[in-house]
Amino acid sequence: MIVGIATLLTFQLVGEILAYETGGLVPGPVLGMALIAIALLTMAKWQRVQSTQSQTIATSKAILANLGILFIPAGVGIVKHIDVLVAHGLALLALIVVSTVITLAVTVWSFVLAKRIFGGASDE
Amino acid sequence: MSDGLWVYLATSPLLWLSGTLVIWIFATFLAGLRPGNPLFNPTLMSIVTIAAILYLTGIDYQRYFEGAQFIHFLLGPATVALGIPLYEKLALVRRNLLPMIVALTVGSLTAVGSTILLSEAFGFPQLITASLAPKSTTAAVAMAISESLAGDPSLTATVVVLTGICGAIVVTPMMNALGVRDYGARGFAVGLASHGIGTARAFAVNPVAGLFSGIAMGLNAIVTSIVVHLFL
Repeated sequence: MIVGIATLLTFQLVGEILAYETGGLVPGPVLGMALIAIALLTMAKWQRVQSTQSQTIATSKAILANLGILFIPAGVGIVKHIDVLVAHGLALLALIVVSTVITLAVTVWSFVLAKRIFGGASDE
Repeated sequence: MSDGLWVYLATSPLLWLSGTLVIWIFATFLAGLRPGNPLFNPTLMSIVTIAAILYLTGIDYQRYFEGAQFIHFLLGPATVALGIPLYEKLALVRRNLLPMIVALTVGSLTAVGSTILLSEAFGFPQLITASLAPKSTTAAVAMAISESLAGDPSLTATVVVLTGICGAIVVTPMMNALGVRDYGARGFAVGLASHGIGTARAFAVNPVAGLFSGIAMGLNAIVTSIVVHLFL
């Protein structure tokens, strides 16, 4: 548990340092995500880090299983934007629906089309 | 409860931290009663409940956040944790590499581009446009992107949750109407457009759709954080 948290925080820290040094184009935690996937990939067979890996994976799964609670503190910040909601509520809702529908259609069509051209397999 | 006790508790982080946890537990219980209904989203129900409590009691957000920040802080490590499912599904990514790259690039550009175009068409101020731009990515990443664009992360968080719920509601009837039967493609689209809430929905419909949806969510977090800089 502690090892898992320490590992995740350390990767975030390294990500934040990289983000700072590269001008903040990609957020630090996102860089941390890419780095931890690469680290797992390259060190998968190292005996010495097996226990660290399994603890990190267990901690990650526990956090991801309860991801929804983490958005609450920021989401409640909507109380600071009641004026925005009153002024633009309907337009905001329309924007969300229209852009989500367009994104779904364009993404699914480009996936199907690319698969027809390049091939691919939808199994595990 | 005496007024003195309320004043004492309302100013302590303990009340709002424990309150957020208890309300979340109750919301997940309610959501479990209606598993097929995306409107019974525990995050949405908790946000609405707590916002209403703050509004009715006149407690300001800053005070609430002093307690809730301990939960908020975990968004960073949770984003890093998304690298684990990405690693575990690597074989699946490799086998579908080209379709995924094409759909990811086109889809991410569409998500961000359509949002910014619509926001400008509605005449929204720059602050709102910047807060909306990353709305298809998972909230932790969307908020970080919003902050880097000088948007408002709290507005972004709410819009991200609404986008997730919207995608989860429309995806199944819409894909059926479009005649798309490839569950990998359907899952990839919903994960890209509506992140974790869409992924939860995809897993409920079809396991392959769920896998592809989770992969799309992780990859889109990376790509969107780059793509937004092409527009804003």
